Amino acid sequence: MSFATTSLDTGMTKQPHSSTETAPGNMRRATTAPLDIETVVEELKELPQPVGMPLLDDPKYHTRDVSVFYNETKQAIFNVDLDIGRNEVIAMIGPSGCGKSTYLRCLNRMNDTISGCRVTGELLLDGEDVYARSQDPVLLRARVGMVFQKPNPFPKSIYDNVAYGPRLHGLANNRAELDEIVEDSLTKAGLFKEVKDRLNLPGTGLSGGQQQRLCIARAIAVSPEVILMDEPTSALDPIATGIIEELIDTLRQSFTICIVTHSMQQAARISQRTAYFHMGYLVEVNDTNTVFTNPEHLLTENYITGRFG
Amino acid sequence: MNKTTATIRAGLARRYARERRFRRFGLGAIIVSMLFLFILLFTIFSQGVSGFSQTFIKLDVVLDEATLGVGPGATGEQLRNAGFAKAISQSLYTLFPDVSSRSDKRNLRALMSSNAPYRLMGIVMDDPSLLGQTYSGWFLADDDIDTYLKGHVDRSLPETDRRLKDQTLGWIDRLEAEGRIEKRFNTEFFTNNDSREPEQAGILGALMGSFFTMLVTLLLSFPIGVAAAIYLEEFAPKDNWFVDLIEVNINNLAAVPSIVFGLLGLAVFIQLFGVPRSTPLVGGLVLTLMTLPTIIIASRAALKAVPPSIREAALGMGASRVQTVFHHTLPLAMPGILTGTIIGMAQALGETAPLLMIGMIAFILSTPEGITDPATVLPVQVFLWSDSPERAFTEKTSAAIIVLLGFLILMNLLAVLFRKKFERRW
Amino acid sequence: MNTSSLLTLLLILGLLSYYLGRKKSLAVSNGNRGQHRLHSLPDYYGYLVAVWCLLPALVVLLCWNMLNTPLITHAVSNSLPPEVHAVSPVNAGLVMGNVKRLVATRSIATETDPVQKAAAEKYLDLQAFSRIARTLVVLALAIGGFLYGWKRVNPQLRARNQVEQVIRGVMILCASIAILTTLGIILSVLFESLRFFHAVPVHEFLFGTHWSPQTAIRADQVGGSGSFGAIPLFVGTLLISAIALLVAVPLGLMAAIYLSEYATPRLRSIAKPALEILAGIPTVVYGFFAALTVAPLLRDLGGMAGLNVASESALAAGLVMGIMLIPFMSSLSDDVINAVPQSMRDGSYGMGATQSETIRQVIIPAALPGIVGAFLLAASRAIGETMIVVMAAGLSARLTVNPLEAVTTVTVQIVTLLTGDQEFDSPKTLAAFALGLTLFILTLILNIVALHIVRRYREQYE
Repeated sequence: MSFATTSLDTGMTKQPHSSTETAPGNMRRATTAPLDIETVVEELKELPQPVGMPLLDDPKYHTRDVSVFYNETKQAIFNVDLDIGRNEVIAMIGPSGCGKSTYLRCLNRMNDTISGCRVTGELLLDGEDVYARSQDPVLLRARVGMVFQKPNPFPKSIYDNVAYGPRLHGLANNRAELDEIVEDSLTKAGLFKEVKDRLNLPGTGLSGGQQQRLCIARAIAVSPEVILMDEPTSALDPIATGIIEELIDTLRQSFTICIVTHSMQQAARISQRTAYFHMGYLVEVNDTNTVFTNPEHLLTENYITGRFG
Repeated sequence: MNKTTATIRAGLARRYARERRFRRFGLGAIIVSMLFLFILLFTIFSQGVSGFSQTFIKLDVVLDEATLGVGPGATGEQLRNAGFAKAISQSLYTLFPDVSSRSDKRNLRALMSSNAPYRLMGIVMDDPSLLGQTYSGWFLADDDIDTYLKGHVDRSLPETDRRLKDQTLGWIDRLEAEGRIEKRFNTEFFTNNDSREPEQAGILGALMGSFFTMLVTLLLSFPIGVAAAIYLEEFAPKDNWFVDLIEVNINNLAAVPSIVFGLLGLAVFIQLFGVPRSTPLVGGLVLTLMTLPTIIIASRAALKAVPPSIREAALGMGASRVQTVFHHTLPLAMPGILTGTIIGMAQALGETAPLLMIGMIAFILSTPEGITDPATVLPVQVFLWSDSPERAFTEKTSAAIIVLLGFLILMNLLAVLFRKKFERRW
Repeated sequence: MNTSSLLTLLLILGLLSYYLGRKKSLAVSNGNRGQHRLHSLPDYYGYLVAVWCLLPALVVLLCWNMLNTPLITHAVSNSLPPEVHAVSPVNAGLVMGNVKRLVATRSIATETDPVQKAAAEKYLDLQAFSRIARTLVVLALAIGGFLYGWKRVNPQLRARNQVEQVIRGVMILCASIAILTTLGIILSVLFESLRFFHAVPVHEFLFGTHWSPQTAIRADQVGGSGSFGAIPLFVGTLLISAIALLVAVPLGLMAAIYLSEYATPRLRSIAKPALEILAGIPTVVYGFFAALTVAPLLRDLGGMAGLNVASESALAAGLVMGIMLIPFMSSLSDDVINAVPQSMRDGSYGMGATQSETIRQVIIPAALPGIVGAFLLAASRAIGETMIVVMAAGLSARLTVNPLEAVTTVTVQIVTLLTGDQEFDSPKTLAAFALGLTLFILTLILNIVALHIVRRYREQYE
C-alpha cells in the first residue's frame, strides 16, 4: 500500500487527517471571502487528501490516487483517494462536469468502452485490483451492477429484460429457476405487483419510474455485491423519485450502493456518507450529516448553500 | 468468492470463445469485401495497362511522284486523292522483296492497320516538304499482330487453328530482328473515335459525349436541386400534404431502378417532346432526373446543419427570409451542397442502363461537337467494346474502364477534399 | 433563330432590363434616396424588371419547344390522305415515322412515294414557320414584359416582396419536379403498357410460362404474335437477386458491425474508403468483371468438380451483384446500428455482457426494423440492377431455379427489346414497357415499405 496515511487512521475517526493539511480550507472558511474562489480552486491542487473522512477500515472499495484521462491533454479527475464501506449508501455530489460520474464509471470499468480513456492509480474491490490484467471486466460488471441516468430497458419484454443477466451468465439451470430469479428481482425492486400480469409486454411500454425500477431489477437479478447509480432519478417525476429513494434504502441491507446525484436533498435523504467533487478533485468526504450541517471546506459550503452549482 | 461469482467464472471461457468467433466472422467479412475489391481492380488493371500500348511497325515510305501521283507543291485537294495506300504497300514490298504472289502480297499488306495511309496523308499535309523524300516513321500494326506480340496467341497450335499463319509469323520475326516492330504508348487511344478495328479504336468521342452529357446534367440538376432543397428545408410549411408528397417522391425516386428513368426518357422526352435521340441533351435530361434526388437530399442535410441561431440573427437584423437564406444560410451550406453535387455527378458519369434506352448506344464515328450531336458516353463505350468478339477489344475495354475509374476517383477525391477543407462543426 | 441564340439574346435583354430598371428606380427617387424613399433597394427594381422581361418569354419558349414536335406531327398526320389512315392506325404511324426520317436525314429529294414526299415537305414548311413565329413571339414577350415592368417602377412599388414571391414560386416549381418525374414515369410506362395489354392479356403476361418475343418483329406480320409469359423472367430475376442478397446481406451487415463496434480507427480509416470505392464503381465495370472473369472462372471450377456450369450462369451474375451490394448494405446498416442509443450498449455492458453478446442480443434486436428496411432497399436495388445482368446473365428465358444455368431477367429483356431498331408500336417494344411497369411497381412497394420502416425506426430513437 502506497499511502502511509491509511495506517494512521483507525476506525471511523471523525478527526481531519491533520490540522496542517486541512488548514487552507479552514482558513478560507474563517475569512468567508467569496470573491476568492479561483484561489481556492488553485489550492485544491495542493490538497494531498480530501478533507473530512475519506478512508475507512476494511472497505468494499479502496481507491487511491485515481486519475482519469480522456486523451493526452484532457484530464477528467485528479488523484482521488476514497474508500467505500460495505452496505453503505455513499452519495457523490458536485456541480456539472466535476468528475463524479467519471469516478463512478471507473468502479466497474465502464470507462473501458470509451476510446482513448485511460485510468491510473489504485482501485481495489475486496482487495482485488479492478484494473489488473487478470481482472475480467465481464465478471467484474456482474459483481458490480449499474443503473443509469436515463432508464434504458432493452427493447424486449419485461421478463426478458430481467432474465437478460442470468441468461448471459448461466445463473439459472432451468425455466423454473429463471422464473424464480425474475420474480425475486422484480419483488426486490418493488415492481412485481405492478407488472406481474404483463411480464411478456415490452419493457419500453412502462412509465419512466417503472422503467427505472425495471433497470434496478435487471441489475440485482445477477446478485451483484455493489450497485452503482448514475443520477437514477434525474429523469423522473417527484413521486417516482420518492419510490426509488425508498427502494434504495431497502436495498442497502444487501448491497453496497454508490449514487451520483444532482440533488443535495436526495443525497441528504438517502446516503450515509457524502463525497463532494469539484472540477475533477475530490474535495471533502464525510458523514452526510456533517457535510450538510458543518462542511469543512469553503467550496463544499458554497455548494451546499447554493452559491454555485 | 460466492456461488454466483463461481458460476459466472465457470462460463467465461465458453463465452469468450464465442466472442472470438463472432469477431473473427466480422473481420472475415471485411477481409472478403476488401479482397473482392482488390481482385476486381487487379483484374481490370492487369488487363487494361496493355490497352494503352499498341504495336507499331517502322516503315520507310518513299514519297515520290511515281507512287503518289503528285509531286512537290501539290494542293490539299490533290493530296487527298494521292496514292498513299500504294506508298505504304510499296514500302512493305521493299522490306520483303521475296514476296511475289498476289495472295502473299495481300497477306503482307494485312500486317498494317487500315488507317496507315490516312496517317501518312496527315503527316504529309502537315509538312508538304516531305514530298519527294523518303519518310521513316512508325505506323499502327493490325490488331492480330498486336494480340500475338502481347502473348495471347499460342504458336504451338496447328496452323489452321490460328488467325496468324506461319508465313505472317515469319515476317513478324524478321521485323523483330530488324528492330522495326515494337509496342509503344498509343496516343491514338485518346485522339480517335470508336472504330471497328480494335487497334484504331479510341475514346475521344465517348469522352466528349460524357463531357457534354455531364454539362447538361450539371447545369440543370444543380440549380434545380438546390432550389428544391432550399424550399423544402427553409420555406415549406410543416405538415402539409403537398410537401409530404414531394418528400415521399424524392426518397422514392432515389431508389427507383435507373432503367425506369430510361423508359421515361424514351417515352416522354423522345417520343412525346421530340428531343433528338442519342444526343447528350436527352441523356443529360434523363441523368438530371436521376441525379436530382441525390443533390436534393445532400443539400437539405447541408442546410439543416447550419444552426438556427444564424438564421435568427439575420432575421433579427430585419432581413427577409429570402435574404437570410441567400446571404447567410446558403453560403454556409455550400461546401456540403457541392460535395453532394460532385457525388451525384460521379454517379451520373458511371450510369449506363438508362442511356441504352435513349439510343446513346449507337456506333458513333465522329466526335460530337455539341449537345445535339449523336454521341455515346464512356460507360456505354465500355459496354459496347465488352460485347465485341475480338480479343483485342478486351484490353481496350479495360483501358477505357481505367480512364473512367480515374475520373471517378478524381471526382471523389475532390468531394473528400471539399468536405475536409470546409467541414465545420457547430 | 435557333434555341441557343434565342437564349443568348434573352440573356442580353435580361441584363439590359436589370440595368435600366435599377437606373429608373434611382431616377424616380430623385437621386440617392432623396425626397421619395424607395420601398426596396435599387437592385430589387432591376431584378423585378428583368423578371418581367425574362419570365414570360422563357415560359413560352419552353412550352413552345415541348409542344413543337407533337403538334407538327399531329398536323401532318391529319393532312395525310384518308386512304393512308384507312389501312390501319399502325400504318399511319409507320408513314409518319418514315416522314420524320426523311426530314431528319434531309433526303426528301430521293423519296419516290408522292404522299410521303408531300408530307415531308409540309413537315419542313411547318417547322420553318414555327421557328420564325417562335422567335417573334418570344422577343415580343420579352420586350413587352420589359416595358411593362419598367413603367411600373416607382418608389411605392414593393419590388423586394415581388421578387421574393417569384423566387419562392420558382423554388416550389423545382421541388415539384420530383412529383412530375414520378407522374411522368407512371404515365409513360402505364400508357404503353395498356396498349400492350390490348394485344396480350394481363393474365397471360403475368402467369404465362413461355417467353419468346423474338418472333414478333412487326405487329402486322403473319404469326407475329410471340409469346409473352413473363414467369421465367420473374423467376430469373428473383434467383439472381436471391444469390446477390445471400452474398451481400451477411457480408455487408457483419462488415458494418465490425467497423462500428470493433475496428480500430486505423482499420476503419482503410476499410471505410475501400467500401466507398466499391460503392462508387459503375455497374458496367462489375458487369465486365462478371462476364470476363467470374463467369469463366466458375465454369472452369464447375468443370473441375464435374458440374456443368453455363458460361452465363445465374451464379456469376448474382455473385458479382452481391459484391456490388456489399457497400450499399453496409452503409445502410452502419447508419441503423449507430442510431441505437449508447445507453442500450451501456446497459448491456453494465450487466457484464461481452461485446458480441451485446451486439447479438441487444443491438441487433433493437436495430432489426432498420436492418429489415436496409434489406428491402438492397432487394429493390438487386431487382432493378441492369448492367451486370445484361452483360453476365443470358437471354434465354428458361424456367429454372438452378443457379448454374443461364437465366434471364426483367431488366435484361427491357434492354434487349428496346435497343434494336424496332418500330415503337410493335408488341415487342410495348412489352418492354409492361416489364418496366412491373419493375416499377415492385420496387415502388419495396421502397415505400422500406422507407416507412426506416423512418419509424429513426423516430423511435430520436
